[in-house]
Amino acid sequence: MNPTMTKKLLLTLLAWGIALIVFFPIFWMVLTGFKTEGEAVATPPSLFFEPTLAGYNEVMARADYLKFALNSIVISFGSTLLALIVAIPSAYSMAFLPTKRTQGTLLWMLSTKMLPPVGVLMPVYLLFRDMGLLDSQLGLTIVYMLMNLPIVVWMLYTFFKDIPKDILEAGRMDGAGTLQEVLYLLLPLTLPGIASTGLLSVILSWNEAFWSLNLTTSDAAPLTAFIASFSSPEGLFWAKLSAASTLAIAPILIFGWMTQKQMVRGLTFGAVK
Amino acid sequence: MIRPHFPTRFLQWGTPMRERTSGRTVGGFRNLFLQGPAVTLLLLWMLVPLGMTLWFSFQRYNLINPMISGFAGWDNYTYLLTDPALWTAMGNTLLLVGWVLAISVIGGTLLAVLFQQEFFGRGIARLLVIAPFFVMPTVGALVWKNMLMHPVNGVFAWLSNLLGLPVIDWFSSMPLTSIIIIVSWQWMPFALLILLTAIQSLDDDQVEAARMDGAGPLAIFWFITLPHLKRAISVVIMIEMIFLLTIFAEIFVTTSGGPGLASTNLAYFIYIRALLDFDVGGASAGGVIAIILANIVAIFLIRTVAKNLET
Repeated sequence: MNPTMTKKLLLTLLAWGIALIVFFPIFWMVLTGFKTEGEAVATPPSLFFEPTLAGYNEVMARADYLKFALNSIVISFGSTLLALIVAIPSAYSMAFLPTKRTQGTLLWMLSTKMLPPVGVLMPVYLLFRDMGLLDSQLGLTIVYMLMNLPIVVWMLYTFFKDIPKDILEAGRMDGAGTLQEVLYLLLPLTLPGIASTGLLSVILSWNEAFWSLNLTTSDAAPLTAFIASFSSPEGLFWAKLSAASTLAIAPILIFGWMTQKQMVRGLTFGAVK
Repeated sequence: MIRPHFPTRFLQWGTPMRERTSGRTVGGFRNLFLQGPAVTLLLLWMLVPLGMTLWFSFQRYNLINPMISGFAGWDNYTYLLTDPALWTAMGNTLLLVGWVLAISVIGGTLLAVLFQQEFFGRGIARLLVIAPFFVMPTVGALVWKNMLMHPVNGVFAWLSNLLGLPVIDWFSSMPLTSIIIIVSWQWMPFALLILLTAIQSLDDDQVEAARMDGAGPLAIFWFITLPHLKRAISVVIMIEMIFLLTIFAEIFVTTSGGPGLASTNLAYFIYIRALLDFDVGGASAGGVIAIILANIVAIFLIRTVAKNLET
Protein backbone atom coordinates (compact mmCIF):
# COMPACT_ATOMS: atom_id res chain seq x y z
CA MET A 1 0.00 0.00 0.00
CA ASN A 2 1.48 3.34 -0.97
CA PRO A 3 1.85 6.14 1.57
CA THR A 4 -0.92 8.36 0.12
CA MET A 5 -3.32 5.45 0.44
CA THR A 6 -2.30 4.87 4.06
CA LYS A 7 -2.77 8.54 4.76
CA LYS A 8 -6.22 8.49 3.21
CA LEU A 9 -7.23 5.47 5.26
CA LEU A 10 -6.04 7.08 8.48
CA LEU A 11 -7.89 10.28 7.63
CA THR A 12 -11.00 8.26 6.89
CA LEU A 13 -10.79 6.56 10.27
CA LEU A 14 -10.21 9.80 12.16
CA ALA A 15 -12.88 11.83 10.37
CA TRP A 16 -15.49 9.10 10.55
CA GLY A 17 -14.70 8.51 14.21
CA ILE A 18 -15.37 12.17 14.97
CA ALA A 19 -18.42 12.32 12.73
CA LEU A 20 -19.94 9.30 14.47
CA ILE A 21 -19.26 10.69 17.93
CA VAL A 22 -20.83 14.05 17.03
CA PHE A 23 -23.81 12.34 15.44
CA PHE A 24 -24.19 9.78 18.23
CA PRO A 25 -26.82 11.68 20.31
CA ILE A 26 -29.07 11.94 17.26
CA PHE A 27 -28.49 8.30 16.31
CA TRP A 28 -29.19 7.22 19.87
CA MET A 29 -32.38 9.27 19.97
CA VAL A 30 -33.66 7.71 16.75
CA LEU A 31 -32.78 4.25 18.08
CA THR A 32 -34.44 4.85 21.45
CA GLY A 33 -37.60 5.91 19.66
CA PHE A 34 -38.00 2.33 18.44
CA LYS A 35 -37.51 0.74 21.86
CA THR A 36 -40.03 -0.11 24.53
CA GLU A 37 -39.99 2.19 27.55
CA GLY A 38 -38.37 -0.56 29.60
CA GLU A 39 -35.65 -1.14 27.06
CA ALA A 40 -35.00 2.58 26.71
CA VAL A 41 -33.69 2.81 30.28
CA ALA A 42 -31.98 -0.59 30.31
CA THR A 43 -28.41 -0.84 31.61
CA PRO A 44 -26.28 -1.79 29.76
CA PRO A 45 -27.91 0.15 26.92
CA SER A 46 -29.19 -2.23 24.29
CA LEU A 47 -27.98 -1.73 20.77
CA PHE A 48 -29.73 -4.76 19.33
CA PHE A 49 -33.38 -5.14 20.18
CA GLU A 50 -36.65 -5.89 18.58
CA PRO A 51 -37.83 -2.56 17.16
CA THR A 52 -41.30 -1.48 18.14
CA LEU A 53 -43.47 1.42 17.11
CA ALA A 54 -44.99 1.58 20.59
CA GLY A 55 -43.35 4.94 21.34
CA TYR A 56 -44.60 6.43 18.08
CA ASN A 57 -48.08 5.00 18.57
CA GLU A 58 -48.27 6.48 22.01
CA VAL A 59 -47.12 9.90 20.85
CA MET A 60 -49.56 9.88 17.95
CA ALA A 61 -52.33 8.64 20.21
CA ARG A 62 -52.04 11.73 22.34
CA ALA A 63 -54.57 13.76 20.45
CA ASP A 64 -52.59 16.92 20.99
CA TYR A 65 -49.41 15.83 19.21
CA LEU A 66 -50.90 16.55 15.82
CA LYS A 67 -52.09 19.91 17.06
CA PHE A 68 -48.55 20.87 18.06
CA ALA A 69 -47.18 19.62 14.76
CA LEU A 70 -49.82 21.54 12.85
CA ASN A 71 -48.99 24.69 14.83
CA SER A 72 -45.33 24.30 13.90
CA ILE A 73 -46.18 23.85 10.24
CA VAL A 74 -48.64 26.73 10.06
CA ILE A 75 -46.44 29.14 11.99
CA SER A 76 -43.13 28.41 10.32
CA PHE A 77 -44.45 28.23 6.76
CA GLY A 78 -46.85 31.12 7.31
CA SER A 79 -44.16 33.39 8.69
CA THR A 80 -41.82 32.40 5.86
CA LEU A 81 -44.41 33.15 3.21
CA LEU A 82 -45.15 36.56 4.73
CA ALA A 83 -41.46 37.34 5.03
CA LEU A 84 -40.86 36.43 1.39
CA ILE A 85 -43.78 38.57 0.20
CA VAL A 86 -42.45 41.58 2.06
CA ALA A 87 -38.78 40.89 1.31
CA ILE A 88 -38.87 40.20 -2.44
CA PRO A 89 -39.80 43.74 -3.52
CA SER A 90 -37.37 45.15 -1.02
CA ALA A 91 -34.46 42.95 -2.13
CA TYR A 92 -35.37 43.63 -5.75
CA SER A 93 -35.09 47.36 -5.33
CA MET A 94 -31.85 47.06 -3.35
CA ALA A 95 -30.24 44.81 -5.94
CA PHE A 96 -31.41 46.54 -9.12
CA LEU A 97 -32.15 50.12 -8.13
CA PRO A 98 -29.31 50.77 -5.69
CA THR A 99 -28.86 54.22 -4.23
CA LYS A 100 -26.34 55.52 -1.77
CA ARG A 101 -28.79 54.64 0.94
CA THR A 102 -29.05 50.97 0.03
CA GLN A 103 -26.01 49.85 1.93
CA GLY A 104 -27.07 51.75 4.99
CA THR A 105 -30.55 50.24 4.84
CA LEU A 106 -29.12 46.74 4.54
CA LEU A 107 -26.83 47.21 7.49
CA TRP A 108 -29.60 48.76 9.53
CA MET A 109 -31.77 45.73 8.82
CA LEU A 110 -28.96 43.51 10.03
CA SER A 111 -28.70 45.59 13.18
CA THR A 112 -32.35 44.90 14.09
CA LYS A 113 -31.35 41.27 14.31
CA MET A 114 -28.94 42.18 17.09
CA LEU A 115 -31.70 43.16 19.47
CA PRO A 116 -31.68 40.29 21.95
CA PRO A 117 -35.19 38.86 22.28
CA VAL A 118 -34.89 38.81 26.04
CA GLY A 119 -34.37 42.57 25.99
CA VAL A 120 -37.82 43.14 24.53
CA LEU A 121 -39.61 40.20 26.14
CA MET A 122 -41.63 42.35 28.51
CA PRO A 123 -43.09 44.87 26.03
CA VAL A 124 -43.84 42.21 23.43
CA TYR A 125 -45.50 40.04 26.05
CA LEU A 126 -47.63 42.92 27.31
CA LEU A 127 -48.52 44.17 23.83
CA PHE A 128 -49.54 40.66 22.83
CA ARG A 129 -51.58 40.27 26.01
CA ASP A 130 -53.45 43.50 25.32
CA MET A 131 -54.01 42.65 21.67
CA GLY A 132 -55.12 39.11 22.44
CA LEU A 133 -52.22 37.66 20.51
CA LEU A 134 -50.80 35.60 23.36
CA ASP A 135 -50.97 31.90 22.59
CA SER A 136 -52.24 32.52 19.06
CA GLN A 137 -50.83 31.22 15.80
CA LEU A 138 -51.06 34.70 14.34
CA GLY A 139 -48.98 36.23 17.12
CA LEU A 140 -46.11 33.79 16.77
CA THR A 141 -46.30 34.00 12.97
CA ILE A 142 -45.83 37.76 13.15
CA VAL A 143 -42.91 37.50 15.56
CA TYR A 144 -41.12 34.91 13.44
CA MET A 145 -41.75 36.84 10.26
CA LEU A 146 -40.17 39.93 11.80
CA MET A 147 -37.38 37.89 13.36
CA ASN A 148 -36.39 36.40 10.00
CA LEU A 149 -37.15 39.35 7.75
CA PRO A 150 -33.61 40.83 7.85
CA ILE A 151 -32.02 37.48 7.00
CA VAL A 152 -34.54 36.87 4.23
CA VAL A 153 -33.94 40.30 2.68
CA TRP A 154 -30.19 39.82 2.90
CA MET A 155 -30.17 36.40 1.37
CA LEU A 156 -32.49 37.39 -1.45
CA TYR A 157 -30.36 40.46 -2.06
CA THR A 158 -27.21 38.37 -2.49
CA PHE A 159 -29.03 36.02 -4.89
CA PHE A 160 -30.61 38.84 -6.89
CA LYS A 161 -27.29 40.63 -7.20
CA ASP A 162 -25.87 37.62 -9.02
CA ILE A 163 -28.40 38.05 -11.82
CA PRO A 164 -26.91 40.09 -14.66
CA LYS A 165 -28.80 43.33 -15.08
CA ASP A 166 -28.78 42.86 -18.83
CA ILE A 167 -31.33 40.09 -18.58
CA LEU A 168 -33.85 42.28 -16.81
CA GLU A 169 -32.89 45.10 -19.14
CA ALA A 170 -33.75 42.94 -22.12
CA GLY A 171 -37.07 42.11 -20.57
CA ARG A 172 -37.79 45.76 -20.08
CA MET A 173 -36.95 46.47 -23.72
CA ASP A 174 -39.66 44.01 -24.60
CA GLY A 175 -42.04 46.09 -22.58
CA ALA A 176 -42.17 44.26 -19.28
CA GLY A 177 -43.21 46.34 -16.29
CA THR A 178 -41.72 45.90 -12.85
CA LEU A 179 -44.30 43.32 -11.87
CA GLN A 180 -43.79 41.24 -15.01
CA GLU A 181 -40.06 41.68 -14.70
CA VAL A 182 -40.15 40.23 -11.20
CA LEU A 183 -42.72 37.54 -11.86
CA TYR A 184 -41.55 36.23 -15.22
CA LEU A 185 -37.82 36.92 -15.18
CA LEU A 186 -36.40 37.38 -11.72
CA LEU A 187 -38.38 34.79 -9.79
CA PRO A 188 -37.85 31.91 -12.22
CA LEU A 189 -34.15 32.76 -12.51
CA THR A 190 -33.59 32.88 -8.77
CA LEU A 191 -36.00 30.15 -7.77
CA PRO A 192 -33.31 27.93 -6.20
CA GLY A 193 -32.07 30.90 -4.18
CA ILE A 194 -35.57 31.86 -3.09
CA ALA A 195 -36.31 28.26 -2.15
CA SER A 196 -33.24 27.97 0.03
CA THR A 197 -33.97 31.35 1.61
CA GLY A 198 -37.45 30.11 2.41
CA LEU A 199 -36.12 26.85 3.80
CA LEU A 200 -33.68 28.66 6.04
CA SER A 201 -36.49 30.81 7.37
CA VAL A 202 -38.61 27.69 7.97
CA ILE A 203 -35.73 26.03 9.80
CA LEU A 204 -35.10 29.03 12.02
CA SER A 205 -38.80 29.41 12.85
CA TRP A 206 -39.29 25.70 13.42
CA ASN A 207 -36.41 25.51 15.90
CA GLU A 208 -37.01 28.84 17.63
CA ALA A 209 -37.60 28.31 21.32
CA PHE A 210 -37.47 31.61 23.19
CA TRP A 211 -40.61 33.22 21.84
CA SER A 212 -42.53 30.00 21.51
CA LEU A 213 -41.92 29.09 25.15
CA ASN A 214 -42.78 32.56 26.41
CA LEU A 215 -45.66 33.60 24.17
CA THR A 216 -47.62 30.36 23.90
CA THR A 217 -49.08 28.00 26.46
CA SER A 218 -51.30 25.45 24.76
CA ASP A 219 -53.47 26.54 21.84
CA ALA A 220 -50.71 27.78 19.55
CA ALA A 221 -47.75 25.97 21.10
CA PRO A 222 -45.46 24.50 18.42
CA LEU A 223 -43.34 21.35 18.67
CA THR A 224 -40.48 23.05 20.54
CA ALA A 225 -42.91 23.71 23.38
CA PHE A 226 -44.35 20.20 23.15
CA ILE A 227 -40.88 18.68 23.49
CA ALA A 228 -40.09 21.06 26.34
CA SER A 229 -43.06 19.63 28.24
CA PHE A 230 -41.02 16.45 28.61
CA SER A 231 -38.63 18.33 30.88
CA SER A 232 -40.85 17.45 33.84
CA PRO A 233 -40.50 13.68 33.95
CA GLU A 234 -43.57 11.50 34.01
CA GLY A 235 -42.54 7.94 34.82
CA LEU A 236 -40.80 6.18 31.97
CA PHE A 237 -40.86 8.51 28.99
CA TRP A 238 -37.61 8.15 27.06
CA ALA A 239 -39.04 6.17 24.16
CA LYS A 240 -41.92 8.61 23.84
CA LEU A 241 -39.57 11.60 24.06
CA SER A 242 -37.31 10.05 21.41
CA ALA A 243 -40.14 9.21 19.08
CA ALA A 244 -41.63 12.71 19.38
CA SER A 245 -38.18 14.29 18.95
CA THR A 246 -37.39 12.23 15.88
CA LEU A 247 -40.64 13.28 14.27
CA ALA A 248 -39.96 16.90 15.20
CA ILE A 249 -36.43 17.13 13.81
CA ALA A 250 -36.56 14.80 10.80
CA PRO A 251 -38.02 17.24 8.25
CA ILE A 252 -35.77 20.08 9.40
CA LEU A 253 -32.65 17.93 9.31
CA ILE A 254 -33.42 17.03 5.71
CA PHE A 255 -34.13 20.67 4.79
CA GLY A 256 -30.89 21.67 6.48
CA TRP A 257 -28.84 19.11 4.61
CA MET A 258 -30.41 20.20 1.34
CA THR A 259 -29.66 23.88 1.77
CA GLN A 260 -26.43 23.92 3.75
CA LYS A 261 -24.40 25.69 1.05
CA GLN A 262 -26.79 28.58 0.57
CA MET A 263 -27.42 28.72 4.26
CA VAL A 264 -23.85 29.78 4.93
CA ARG A 265 -24.48 32.87 2.84
CA GLY A 266 -27.66 33.74 4.67
CA LEU A 267 -26.34 33.12 8.15
CA THR A 268 -23.20 35.16 7.60
CA PHE A 269 -25.02 37.92 5.71
CA GLY A 270 -22.97 37.22 2.64
CA ALA A 271 -19.66 37.63 4.42
CA VAL A 272 -18.75 34.00 3.69
CA LYS A 273 -19.65 32.48 0.37
CA MET B 1 -46.23 50.07 -11.81
CA ILE B 2 -45.13 53.37 -10.48
CA ARG B 3 -43.05 55.26 -12.96
CA PRO B 4 -42.97 58.85 -11.90
CA HIS B 5 -42.41 61.45 -14.57
CA PHE B 6 -42.21 64.31 -12.14
CA PRO B 7 -39.13 65.28 -10.18
CA THR B 8 -38.97 62.79 -7.40
CA ARG B 9 -36.19 64.45 -5.52
CA PHE B 10 -38.43 65.26 -2.60
CA LEU B 11 -39.79 61.77 -2.21
CA GLN B 12 -36.48 60.03 -2.02
CA TRP B 13 -34.56 58.69 0.90
CA GLY B 14 -32.30 61.65 0.61
CA THR B 15 -30.33 60.50 -2.40
CA PRO B 16 -30.16 62.02 -5.84
CA MET B 17 -31.78 60.33 -8.78
CA ARG B 18 -29.82 57.70 -10.57
CA GLU B 19 -29.53 57.12 -14.24
CA ARG B 20 -30.00 53.57 -15.39
CA THR B 21 -28.26 52.13 -18.40
CA SER B 22 -31.50 52.37 -20.29
CA GLY B 23 -31.34 56.07 -19.75
CA ARG B 24 -34.63 56.09 -17.86
CA THR B 25 -34.65 57.93 -14.57
CA VAL B 26 -35.46 55.80 -11.65
CA GLY B 27 -36.98 57.69 -8.85
CA GLY B 28 -36.57 56.98 -5.19
CA PHE B 29 -40.34 56.84 -5.07
CA ARG B 30 -40.18 53.37 -6.54
CA ASN B 31 -37.63 52.35 -3.95
CA LEU B 32 -39.78 53.81 -1.24
CA PHE B 33 -42.72 51.82 -2.50
CA LEU B 34 -40.74 48.60 -2.82
CA GLN B 35 -38.73 48.83 0.37
CA GLY B 36 -41.33 50.64 2.40
CA PRO B 37 -43.16 47.64 3.85
CA ALA B 38 -40.01 45.84 4.99
CA VAL B 39 -38.43 48.99 6.41
CA THR B 40 -41.61 50.09 8.18
CA LEU B 41 -42.22 46.69 9.74
CA LEU B 42 -38.68 46.38 11.00
CA LEU B 43 -38.69 49.94 12.27
CA LEU B 44 -41.84 49.26 14.28
CA TRP B 45 -40.50 45.92 15.50
CA MET B 46 -37.36 47.60 16.70
CA LEU B 47 -38.51 50.96 18.03
CA VAL B 48 -41.79 50.14 19.75
CA PRO B 49 -40.54 47.35 22.03
CA LEU B 50 -37.23 49.12 22.55
CA GLY B 51 -38.95 52.33 23.59
CA MET B 52 -41.30 50.43 25.86
CA THR B 53 -38.47 48.51 27.50
CA LEU B 54 -36.69 51.77 28.20
CA TRP B 55 -39.88 53.33 29.55
CA PHE B 56 -40.74 50.35 31.76
CA SER B 57 -37.22 50.24 33.11
CA PHE B 58 -37.88 53.58 34.80
CA GLN B 59 -41.29 52.58 36.11
CA ARG B 60 -42.55 50.78 39.16
CA TYR B 61 -44.65 48.17 37.48
CA ASN B 62 -45.73 44.80 38.82
CA LEU B 63 -48.16 42.60 36.96
CA ILE B 64 -49.87 41.11 40.00
CA ASN B 65 -49.74 44.12 42.26
CA PRO B 66 -51.27 47.18 40.58
CA MET B 67 -50.65 49.19 43.75
CA ILE B 68 -47.02 49.38 42.75
CA SER B 69 -46.83 52.10 40.15
CA GLY B 70 -45.28 55.40 39.26
CA PHE B 71 -41.96 56.74 38.17
CA ALA B 72 -39.05 54.83 39.65
CA GLY B 73 -36.11 56.87 38.46
CA TRP B 74 -32.99 54.77 38.53
CA ASP B 75 -34.39 52.53 41.27
CA ASN B 76 -34.85 49.49 39.05
CA TYR B 77 -31.27 49.80 37.90
CA THR B 78 -29.75 50.37 41.32
CA TYR B 79 -31.82 47.52 42.73
CA LEU B 80 -30.73 45.28 39.89
CA LEU B 81 -27.09 46.27 39.91
CA THR B 82 -26.78 45.74 43.67
CA ASP B 83 -28.48 42.34 43.43
CA PRO B 84 -25.74 39.71 43.68
CA ALA B 85 -27.94 37.39 41.60
CA LEU B 86 -27.44 39.66 38.59
CA TRP B 87 -23.68 39.40 38.89
CA THR B 88 -23.87 35.63 39.25
CA ALA B 89 -26.00 35.55 36.13
CA MET B 90 -23.57 37.84 34.30
CA GLY B 91 -20.65 35.67 35.33
CA ASN B 92 -22.46 32.56 34.15
CA THR B 93 -23.30 34.27 30.88
CA LEU B 94 -19.64 35.13 30.30
CA LEU B 95 -18.50 31.62 31.20
CA LEU B 96 -21.11 30.08 28.93
CA VAL B 97 -20.32 32.36 25.99
CA GLY B 98 -16.56 32.16 26.49
CA TRP B 99 -16.31 28.39 26.74
CA VAL B 100 -18.76 27.62 23.98
CA LEU B 101 -16.96 30.10 21.72
CA ALA B 102 -13.56 28.60 22.50
CA ILE B 103 -14.74 25.03 22.00
CA SER B 104 -16.78 25.67 18.89
CA VAL B 105 -14.29 27.94 17.12
CA ILE B 106 -11.17 25.92 17.87
CA GLY B 107 -12.96 22.63 17.29
CA GLY B 108 -14.70 23.98 14.21
CA THR B 109 -11.45 25.21 12.68
CA LEU B 110 -9.63 21.94 13.24
CA LEU B 111 -12.56 19.93 11.96
CA ALA B 112 -12.87 22.17 8.91
CA VAL B 113 -9.26 21.34 8.03
CA LEU B 114 -9.90 17.64 8.62
CA PHE B 115 -13.14 17.45 6.66
CA GLN B 116 -11.56 19.36 3.79
CA GLN B 117 -9.11 16.49 3.21
CA GLU B 118 -9.86 13.72 0.77
CA PHE B 119 -11.19 10.61 2.47
CA PHE B 120 -13.71 7.86 1.86
CA GLY B 121 -17.34 8.81 2.35
CA ARG B 122 -16.49 12.47 2.90
CA GLY B 123 -19.88 13.74 1.76
CA ILE B 124 -21.81 11.59 4.21
CA ALA B 125 -19.41 12.20 7.09
CA ARG B 126 -19.85 15.95 6.54
CA LEU B 127 -23.62 15.63 6.68
CA LEU B 128 -23.42 13.72 9.95
CA VAL B 129 -21.06 16.14 11.62
CA ILE B 130 -23.09 19.29 10.85
CA ALA B 131 -26.40 17.67 11.78
CA PRO B 132 -26.59 18.86 15.41
CA PHE B 133 -26.95 22.45 14.25
CA PHE B 134 -30.34 21.65 12.72
CA VAL B 135 -31.69 19.93 15.81
CA MET B 136 -34.13 22.09 17.73
CA PRO B 137 -32.57 23.22 21.02
CA THR B 138 -35.23 21.68 23.23
CA VAL B 139 -34.71 18.28 21.59
CA GLY B 140 -30.92 18.44 21.78
CA ALA B 141 -30.92 19.47 25.42
CA LEU B 142 -33.45 16.84 26.51
CA VAL B 143 -31.71 14.02 24.64
CA TRP B 144 -28.43 14.91 26.33
CA LYS B 145 -30.06 15.39 29.72
CA ASN B 146 -31.91 12.08 29.70
CA MET B 147 -30.38 9.49 27.45
CA LEU B 148 -26.74 10.53 27.74
CA MET B 149 -26.15 12.38 31.02
CA HIS B 150 -28.64 10.59 33.26
CA PRO B 151 -26.65 9.45 36.33
CA VAL B 152 -28.23 5.98 36.43
CA ASN B 153 -29.49 4.98 33.00
CA GLY B 154 -27.52 7.31 30.75
CA VAL B 155 -24.95 6.19 28.23
CA PHE B 156 -22.21 8.19 29.99
CA ALA B 157 -22.95 6.52 33.32
CA TRP B 158 -22.72 3.13 31.63
CA LEU B 159 -19.43 4.10 29.97
CA SER B 160 -17.98 5.32 33.28
CA ASN B 161 -18.94 2.05 34.94
CA LEU B 162 -17.42 0.11 32.09
CA LEU B 163 -14.13 1.97 32.47
CA GLY B 164 -14.25 1.83 36.25
CA LEU B 165 -14.53 5.61 36.57
CA PRO B 166 -16.79 7.36 39.07
CA VAL B 167 -20.25 8.12 37.71
CA ILE B 168 -20.92 11.83 37.37
CA ASP B 169 -24.30 13.30 38.21
CA TRP B 170 -23.91 15.92 35.53
CA PHE B 171 -26.70 18.36 36.23
CA SER B 172 -26.37 18.49 39.98
CA SER B 173 -22.60 18.45 40.33
CA MET B 174 -21.65 20.54 37.30
CA PRO B 175 -24.77 22.19 35.86
CA LEU B 176 -23.07 24.98 33.95
CA THR B 177 -20.45 22.67 32.47
CA SER B 178 -23.19 20.32 31.31
CA ILE B 179 -24.97 23.16 29.57
CA ILE B 180 -21.70 24.33 28.02
CA ILE B 181 -21.19 20.82 26.62
CA ILE B 182 -24.70 20.67 25.16
CA VAL B 183 -24.56 24.15 23.65
CA SER B 184 -21.09 23.48 22.20
CA TRP B 185 -22.43 20.32 20.60
CA GLN B 186 -25.02 22.47 18.84
CA TRP B 187 -22.77 25.34 17.82
CA MET B 188 -19.53 23.63 16.84
CA PRO B 189 -21.24 22.24 13.73
CA PHE B 190 -22.28 25.80 12.88
CA ALA B 191 -18.66 26.98 13.06
CA LEU B 192 -17.62 23.96 11.04
CA LEU B 193 -20.26 24.59 8.39
CA ILE B 194 -19.17 28.20 7.91
CA LEU B 195 -15.44 27.52 8.06
CA LEU B 196 -15.66 24.54 5.74
CA THR B 197 -17.26 26.80 3.17
CA ALA B 198 -14.60 29.45 3.71
CA ILE B 199 -11.73 26.98 3.51
CA GLN B 200 -12.90 25.80 0.09
CA SER B 201 -11.98 29.14 -1.43
CA LEU B 202 -8.39 28.64 -0.31
CA ASP B 203 -6.08 28.73 -3.28
CA ASP B 204 -4.68 25.24 -3.87
CA ASP B 205 -1.73 26.60 -5.85
CA GLN B 206 -0.66 28.70 -2.91
CA VAL B 207 -0.68 25.67 -0.63
CA GLU B 208 1.15 23.64 -3.25
CA ALA B 209 3.79 26.34 -3.67
CA ALA B 210 4.32 26.48 0.08
CA ARG B 211 4.71 22.71 0.17
CA MET B 212 7.29 22.89 -2.63
CA ASP B 213 9.19 25.40 -0.55
CA GLY B 214 9.33 22.86 2.22
CA ALA B 215 6.56 24.05 4.50
CA GLY B 216 5.17 21.34 6.74
CA PRO B 217 1.47 20.82 7.37
CA LEU B 218 1.64 22.81 10.61
CA ALA B 219 3.33 25.75 8.93
CA ILE B 220 0.78 25.66 6.12
CA PHE B 221 -2.05 25.64 8.65
CA TRP B 222 -0.57 28.47 10.68
CA PHE B 223 0.66 30.75 7.91
CA ILE B 224 -1.78 30.08 5.09
CA THR B 225 -5.00 28.41 6.23
CA LEU B 226 -5.52 30.39 9.42
CA PRO B 227 -4.95 33.84 7.87
CA HIS B 228 -7.30 32.82 5.06
CA LEU B 229 -9.98 31.92 7.58
CA LYS B 230 -9.50 35.03 9.67
CA ARG B 231 -12.55 36.89 8.52
CA ALA B 232 -14.80 33.84 8.51
CA ILE B 233 -13.69 33.06 12.07
CA SER B 234 -14.43 36.58 13.21
CA VAL B 235 -17.89 36.39 11.63
CA VAL B 236 -18.52 33.05 13.35
CA ILE B 237 -17.45 34.50 16.69
CA MET B 238 -19.72 37.50 16.40
CA ILE B 239 -22.78 35.61 15.20
CA GLU B 240 -22.36 32.96 17.86
CA MET B 241 -21.92 35.62 20.51
CA ILE B 242 -25.19 37.25 19.65
CA PHE B 243 -27.03 33.96 19.97
CA LEU B 244 -25.07 32.67 22.95
CA LEU B 245 -25.60 35.81 25.01
CA THR B 246 -29.28 34.91 25.21
CA ILE B 247 -29.25 31.12 25.40
CA PHE B 248 -32.56 30.19 26.95
CA ALA B 249 -34.26 26.96 25.89
CA GLU B 250 -31.34 24.71 26.84
CA ILE B 251 -31.44 26.04 30.40
CA PHE B 252 -35.24 26.06 30.53
CA VAL B 253 -35.55 22.34 29.83
CA THR B 254 -32.54 21.06 31.74
CA THR B 255 -31.69 22.85 34.99
CA SER B 256 -34.19 25.71 35.14
CA GLY B 257 -31.22 27.83 36.11
CA GLY B 258 -30.36 25.74 39.16
CA PRO B 259 -29.33 24.36 41.47
CA GLY B 260 -29.64 27.75 43.12
CA LEU B 261 -28.35 30.17 40.52
CA ALA B 262 -25.57 27.87 39.34
CA SER B 263 -26.72 27.80 35.72
CA THR B 264 -28.75 30.99 35.49
CA ASN B 265 -27.58 33.26 32.70
CA LEU B 266 -28.72 36.79 31.96
CA ALA B 267 -31.58 35.69 29.71
CA TYR B 268 -32.89 33.23 32.26
CA PHE B 269 -32.49 35.79 35.04
CA ILE B 270 -34.64 38.29 33.14
CA TYR B 271 -37.17 35.57 32.39
CA ILE B 272 -37.47 34.79 36.11
CA ARG B 273 -37.92 38.48 36.89
CA ALA B 274 -40.47 38.97 34.15
CA LEU B 275 -42.71 35.96 33.97
CA LEU B 276 -42.21 34.34 37.36
CA ASP B 277 -41.86 37.40 39.61
CA PHE B 278 -44.03 39.62 37.37
CA ASP B 279 -41.63 42.51 37.99
CA VAL B 280 -41.92 44.38 34.70
CA GLY B 281 -39.72 47.28 35.78
CA GLY B 282 -36.87 45.09 37.00
CA ALA B 283 -37.06 42.77 34.03
CA SER B 284 -36.99 45.72 31.65
CA ALA B 285 -33.92 47.17 33.34
CA GLY B 286 -32.30 43.76 32.88
CA GLY B 287 -33.43 43.82 29.27
CA VAL B 288 -31.72 47.15 28.73
CA ILE B 289 -28.49 45.69 30.10
CA ALA B 290 -28.80 42.71 27.73
CA ILE B 291 -29.40 45.07 24.81
CA ILE B 292 -26.33 47.12 25.67
CA LEU B 293 -24.17 43.99 25.89
CA ALA B 294 -25.46 42.69 22.56
CA ASN B 295 -24.85 46.02 20.91
CA ILE B 296 -21.23 46.11 21.88
CA VAL B 297 -20.81 42.90 19.89
CA ALA B 298 -23.14 44.04 17.14
CA ILE B 299 -21.10 47.13 16.30
CA PHE B 300 -18.08 45.00 15.48
CA LEU B 301 -20.14 42.52 13.47
CA ILE B 302 -21.78 45.23 11.41
CA ARG B 303 -18.43 46.81 10.70
CA THR B 304 -17.03 43.54 9.43
CA VAL B 305 -20.03 42.88 7.24
CA ALA B 306 -19.97 46.45 5.94
CA LYS B 307 -16.36 46.07 4.92
CA ASN B 308 -17.38 43.03 2.93
CA LEU B 309 -20.24 44.88 1.23
CA GLU B 310 -17.86 47.44 -0.23
CA THR B 311 -15.67 44.92 -1.97
